[in-house]
Amino acid sequence: MRRPPRIAAAVGHRLLILAYTAFAVFPFYWMAITAFKQNSDLYVGATNVEHNPFVFNQAPTLDHLRTLFGQTLYPTWLFNTLLIGVLVVAITLLLAVPAGYSLARLTGRWGERLSIGVFLTYLVPSTLLFIPFSRLVAIIGLQNSIWSLVLIYPTFTVPFCTWLLMGFFKSLPREVEESAMVDGCSRAGAIWRMVLPLSIPGILTVVIFALTLVIQEFVYSLTFISSVQRMTVSVGVPVALVRGDVYYWGSLMAACLITSVPIAIVYNFFLDRFIAGFTVGAVK
Amino acid sequence: MADTTAVPVAVAAPARGQLRRSERVLGTLMLAPALVYIVLLVALPFLLAVVLSLTNSSAGSLEFSFVGLDNFRSVIGSPVFRRALRNTFVFTFVSQASVIVLGNFLARALMRKFRGKAVARFLILMPWAAPISLATLGWLWIFDSTFSVINWLLKVVGWLGPGQWYYWLGDPTLGMVAIITVHVWRMLPFSTVILLAGLTSIPAEVHEAADIDGAGPVAKTLHVTIPMMLPILTVALLFGVVFTFTDMSVVYLLTRGGPFNSTHVLASLAFQDGVLGGDVGRGAAIAIFLLPVLLVMAVLTLRVSRRAEVL
Repeated sequence: MRRPPRIAAAVGHRLLILAYTAFAVFPFYWMAITAFKQNSDLYVGATNVEHNPFVFNQAPTLDHLRTLFGQTLYPTWLFNTLLIGVLVVAITLLLAVPAGYSLARLTGRWGERLSIGVFLTYLVPSTLLFIPFSRLVAIIGLQNSIWSLVLIYPTFTVPFCTWLLMGFFKSLPREVEESAMVDGCSRAGAIWRMVLPLSIPGILTVVIFALTLVIQEFVYSLTFISSVQRMTVSVGVPVALVRGDVYYWGSLMAACLITSVPIAIVYNFFLDRFIAGFTVGAVK
Repeated sequence: MADTTAVPVAVAAPARGQLRRSERVLGTLMLAPALVYIVLLVALPFLLAVVLSLTNSSAGSLEFSFVGLDNFRSVIGSPVFRRALRNTFVFTFVSQASVIVLGNFLARALMRKFRGKAVARFLILMPWAAPISLATLGWLWIFDSTFSVINWLLKVVGWLGPGQWYYWLGDPTLGMVAIITVHVWRMLPFSTVILLAGLTSIPAEVHEAADIDGAGPVAKTLHVTIPMMLPILTVALLFGVVFTFTDMSVVYLLTRGGPFNSTHVLASLAFQDGVLGGDVGRGAAIAIFLLPVLLVMAVLTLRVSRRAEVL
């Protein structure tokens, strides 16, 4: 007697998952189909009920991709973004790895309070800081330079990465350092020889996290960079890929898709560790 | 100090919770660079934001003088600001309520095993992983005034009759609907995965014990799932509120606050006046209105983290 409701529940479950996935993915599907459609297939007013925009009504084309890579600054923006990303990751690691270890092992009780303070700075939003930063950047003469972003981006990567690494170091057994120190290593030597090699997964998580945050960042980049040649991808595409009042939707959507998909793939691999970072303390 | 000398055996491996002096020094040295950076580039700019809101600072020059609360007075008197303030609360409340309710359903659905779960998880996560400015650009095209695929669908099913049309981003109400939709789309993966982590952290024995005691699905939800999920539900909500209340990307890219400044939120208005308009003092004053909510959220976060540690 219990079979029919169970089948209904299973169908409902499938429908829910399907509807949600469709909602989540639709804009990306829309980017993909736009990127490969010919203009005459793309720019048909939505009042024309006969013309189904969900499918290719004419043969797909690579024209928009050729335009994007050959005639726009998209490759330059990619390069700028990666350059800033590498520098910010390096600064983040230099600051957050020692700080995370120190908070996990060397500071005792006041370190616990301090670590919550560090975490709270992650909640200070860029939309509150961009106005004072615009003054500071002007004073030190870094307006319209990618170095302003290299200087400022660690304000959101360092607090969260310190917090993530602190959790990671806490999860390592203390015996790792203690055994090395019994063998005559100093604490610093034990960190260098024993702890760091064991921390590569944690450090890799931080690298990926910081890099994705840099690629996603929009507000600071929009505020400080005005030359088209120095823009990052997240600002160059929406601000400078529009020529005059004309939107080249094919190339625009190609740029959005090509930038988003690799990040989504990498993000997916590290998801569980990011969640652990957000929920430390709330989940045992 | 006295402790460590009293227990000589512990010199090589000090007892837990006690640190030797040299290690304290090392700990301070390792922490110092990060702390100095945070103080210089987060704490001081934060104070500078407050100071600037009391000045007539403008983008053209580095000189300014104090004007007291003039900026706040003129900001509060402006209808555009009051509209933005209201929009910010509507935006935050509606999108967070939807995200938490939908996120709960979805997290429960994702708890079950089903074929293609890994693929579904990847696809569902995409809106959160993609750079927000580029994802919003995709939506801008979906909401396009001439080529909107939504309007095409509504025409096909007969919702829009001949001559009827939705200008999604050219109308204050539809504009807010579009902004909230995009934000829910982006935040839903985040709250879903956090709530999922909370659900999976409830041990199976707890559910079994409740089953043996004869608890039905409703009783189980009320007396087991919700209380055990409460800390993580709060975390999801806190982050969601902070990210939403202070966000300007979606508004800026979809409507630029238009038409006629009717869809601004606090952050996008602060950007428009303080950065684009060059009136730094006024922009800072608008951004300061983000603070009360942020402070409440910070205090709640501290409460939750303290309680979770006690648990």
